[in-house]
Amino acid sequence: MSMYLEMIRVRFLMMLAYRTNYYSGILIYSINIGAYYFLWSAIYGENAEIQGLSVLQMTTYVAVAWMARAFYFNNIDREIAAKIKDGKVAIEMIRPYNYLGMKTMQALGEGIFRLLFFSVPGMIIVALIFPISFSASLMTWLFFLVSLVFSFIVNTQINLLTGIMSFFLFNNTGLIRAKRVVIDLFSGLLLPISFFPIWAQSVMSYLPFQAISYIPSMIFTEGFVGQEIYLAVLLQAGWALILMIPIQLLWSLAKKQLIVQGG
Amino acid sequence: MNVIEVQNLRKEFKSYSSRSGLGGAFRDLFTRNYKVLPAVDDVSLTIKQGEMVGYIGENGAGKSTTIKMLTGILTPTSGSIVVNGMNPHKQREEFVRTIGVVFGQRSQLWWDIAVQESFRLLKKVYRVSDEDYNQHMGHVIETLEIGPLLDKPVRKLSLGQRMRCELAAALIHNPPLLFLDEPTIGLDVLVKLKIRKFLKEINEQYKTTILLTTHDLTDIEALCERVVLLDEGKIIYDGKLNELQSHAVEGKQVEFEFLAEVQRNHLPYLANVHWEQKDATTWLAYVNGDERLVSQLISDVVKKNPIKNVRINEVSTEEIVRKIYEEGMALA
Repeated sequence: MSMYLEMIRVRFLMMLAYRTNYYSGILIYSINIGAYYFLWSAIYGENAEIQGLSVLQMTTYVAVAWMARAFYFNNIDREIAAKIKDGKVAIEMIRPYNYLGMKTMQALGEGIFRLLFFSVPGMIIVALIFPISFSASLMTWLFFLVSLVFSFIVNTQINLLTGIMSFFLFNNTGLIRAKRVVIDLFSGLLLPISFFPIWAQSVMSYLPFQAISYIPSMIFTEGFVGQEIYLAVLLQAGWALILMIPIQLLWSLAKKQLIVQGG
Repeated sequence: MNVIEVQNLRKEFKSYSSRSGLGGAFRDLFTRNYKVLPAVDDVSLTIKQGEMVGYIGENGAGKSTTIKMLTGILTPTSGSIVVNGMNPHKQREEFVRTIGVVFGQRSQLWWDIAVQESFRLLKKVYRVSDEDYNQHMGHVIETLEIGPLLDKPVRKLSLGQRMRCELAAALIHNPPLLFLDEPTIGLDVLVKLKIRKFLKEINEQYKTTILLTTHDLTDIEALCERVVLLDEGKIIYDGKLNELQSHAVEGKQVEFEFLAEVQRNHLPYLANVHWEQKDATTWLAYVNGDERLVSQLISDVVKKNPIKNVRINEVSTEEIVRKIYEEGMALA
């Protein structure tokens, strides 16, 4: 266990090694939130409420969705693909640990780093500039945190899956890019799921993506109430469990088929 | 005790060949021509504890593939491997705790962080106690002279500095078996000497078994008593290094440097001596025989011609291996 904690620490150090990345990240996220704030204000116009969300809830939704993204977002799929491409994955196979577990820990280290030094200060800045409502209910915060953990797990699992695919495709830059767009769109980051047409909503309810962004943001903005919250978190947990299956299957296949590229 | 036991090991790679031209490229979209190539072909090998074995061969001979199978990175197509009493691929996590690996071409340290952070992480990964770490690594760090490098990020190190750190990293858990895949590639002579000296030391001190692949045969000469020579996936020689030398090359080469220009007819005609002119005043004699013939030759030559210098050249391992690569192994 201590080696996994050590890995989180090492990832912290790596994040600190590239400070410019860190500062520019805060800036980019703030600009994004600002842009979406003005966009949504324009869309709402005179309307007090669209699809059951008020302007204030919508602004909060956007801000929280982006700040949560800082926590769950990671590039481990690209890292895995790069390691496979240049053959460095060989080094990982001679280590006495579970590679996927280690990768998840790296992602967690990155997530915690961003949550503490990026989301929290960023949220304070954003709250000063834009009108955002924070819930006073402790339960809302608690459920939000739980669902944030699940959104990290589900997103990381999807990243692992895309990463492992490069064992079979050798070059899956296209797949990784497509996955990113799909997640941003279908997870409810850009647009709450309830804004999609009904048929699209029913398709999405069978996909794991809404567990990533839509559910934690809806919980935070109190768009979900009562039983809806429990169901939503359960749905996330369900996806977290289901996604383990293809990961384990693909991983054991990948290990068998592993060809170390480049000598 | 046998540390490595390999029997009839074989690894095939499936590779496809591209058809030529645009039409061919379109056809490749649907069906591809596959070819099955054996990279390692029926290799059997045993290595005892405490041995230092040089594993040599041309580029693409299958050295790295063998190492990757021995370390559990690749699965063999067929054949059996037992290393440290385990099956490397099946018992991977348990197995890799008992080996150390250095790939000369691939860094295993974390690029963006200080060397000591990598060491600290590896120490946790291999569950090395503080006591063992301080005692063992203190010595390693001192011998490899990497103390001042520990707080620098890996990307700022020179190749020689990095390589020494890599070696130290592979030894954190003091493994009984060490695989080195071209550890001295691209290093200067001083660093090479340092690394060789260090390897000898740990071999003596801990009885560490070392399997080494390299293209620099002076490494092998300095370190290994036993060499395994690989060609096109097959072992063509497995035995003592000095026997390889005496088997593969008959006789010696004598280089005469004369004071004045010398014609062929001024030189003695002897059976089993073949002459070759290097430049106007220098001739090379290839002697196919023992020392007596060599001294007879020298006395014959010196009697008739004033000479500036005579040199008897030992044939280097490099020369032998080159000869074997080019002409094949006659005595295998």
